[in-house]
Amino acid sequence: MSREIQLLATGMRTLVEDLGRAGYAHLGVPTAGAADRAVHRLAQRLVGNDESSAGLECLLGGLALRARCHTIVAVTGAPAAVTIDGSAVASARPHALAPGQVLEVGEPTHGLLVYVALAGGVDVAPALGSRSRDTLSGIGPDAVQPDQVLRLGEVDPASARSLQPDAWPLAAAAAPGEGLVRLDATWGPRDDWFTPAARETLASTTWTVRDDSDRVGTRLAGPALERVDGGAGELASEGMVRGAVQVTRAGLPVVFGVDHPTTGGYPVVAVLDPRSCDRLAQCRPGDQVVIRPRTLPGSRAPVKQAGLK
Amino acid sequence: MELRPVGLEAVLVELGADDPTPARLAEVVRESVGGGVLVEVVPAARTLLVVARDVEARQSVARALPRLVAQAAAESGGLRDPAGLRGPGGQSDPAEVGPQGDPVTLRVVYDGADLDAVAQLLGRSREALVRWHAQTAWTVQFCGFAPGFGYLTADEGGVDVPRLEQPRTRVPAGAVGLAGPCCGVYPRASPGGWQLIGRTDAVLWDLDRPDPALLAPGTRVRFEPVRQA
Repeated sequence: MSREIQLLATGMRTLVEDLGRAGYAHLGVPTAGAADRAVHRLAQRLVGNDESSAGLECLLGGLALRARCHTIVAVTGAPAAVTIDGSAVASARPHALAPGQVLEVGEPTHGLLVYVALAGGVDVAPALGSRSRDTLSGIGPDAVQPDQVLRLGEVDPASARSLQPDAWPLAAAAAPGEGLVRLDATWGPRDDWFTPAARETLASTTWTVRDDSDRVGTRLAGPALERVDGGAGELASEGMVRGAVQVTRAGLPVVFGVDHPTTGGYPVVAVLDPRSCDRLAQCRPGDQVVIRPRTLPGSRAPVKQAGLK
Repeated sequence: MELRPVGLEAVLVELGADDPTPARLAEVVRESVGGGVLVEVVPAARTLLVVARDVEARQSVARALPRLVAQAAAESGGLRDPAGLRGPGGQSDPAEVGPQGDPVTLRVVYDGADLDAVAQLLGRSREALVRWHAQTAWTVQFCGFAPGFGYLTADEGGVDVPRLEQPRTRVPAGAVGLAGPCCGVYPRASPGGWQLIGRTDAVLWDLDRPDPALLAPGTRVRFEPVRQA
């Protein structure tokens, strides 16, 4: 019996993702990978996989698949109803699937992304060491489609100890919460390009996630952030990271996501912590966030009277 | 040089005119920092971004960087300023900038849609612009925008070309463009705001090659005029 699953429904968009292809940014290749790293890791662990195995990242649920072999499945991320052959089962727990059994994931009540892990991992051909879809540059497998059959990798029997979810602390903590989302960040690298009033505005505003947000970047609506130079100066392109809060010429923040371009020419006022990047990735258009930047210990304090070079 | 914080796991090295180029410092950082510490080393126009594995790794890299900048400067014998990227008057020895090896030669048909406009802008004839472009030695300073897209600068005698006011929604793969002090070749069809002077049939990016990118930071490039790609 071949180790396979068949997709029956794929919702708005379902992508194969793992932890991405780090190490190629200097060639212009985004890292990609699961947009909510923590819940991807959790799902993979729950089914006994290495955290770097590939699973499914499902935008707003609506996923259905049929097992063609005996396997183990876990669903994490945005809270959604999960059923096996129509019977409700718990999220963030491993479940056995027998050949012919159907797993269905409903629409999440809040949050954006549901993650599905299968024992052995989704086994598509890797590109540059990763099976992840990179939506910016088109590297990695296309979004999966109904009727598509996906192969699963071999199961490593040595990893069976992972099948004890309560013994592992992230299990309780990973699902996105409701209400205002707090994003922790550190100032810089280009906080000195902004007026003190703009930095105050960044930290005190309740920002709204715009509907033109995606895996490349989350766009935030709110008051414009004023630059010291009034927006006249040009920043030479520089390397970018996930979580970078870039401020466009119009003064609006765009927070870079997993598929972000590797370099950019807008100043970055602050950078989100990795866990806050995960939280932001789960925000829907209309959700509200606050950004709480702090000065990184051991780095220079944010300048009071900024001047451009 | 100046270090700027980039979140919990990364640091940005801002390099001045007396410092080594970002591409050169990138080499030294890769050679000198132990395995498992570095996640990304990304040179750009005036900066080097170093992404480390975690907070502790970032701290150790940040501590080592002033020494590595000095080492890169010493090994290259001082100034290495790619023309145009750090103001006028910059001269650089192309042999110092990149990895060893022969320059990559790209065959170009100079029939770009903006060729005449750029020539006019620079106050040269179309022929003189082509001659200059093809006789100039270029070096990839950094990559970005898309996989395999290199930002090339002239080793000597740079130009300054404004981007298009209105970027094109589709630039074909292989298009050769100019913007600011840089030349670049579009690895695949994409939107783009660079002024197009020609096209090449070279494959800039191919995932099936052992080295997918034809142009990497430090690669030296020559353009050869041809009638037909």
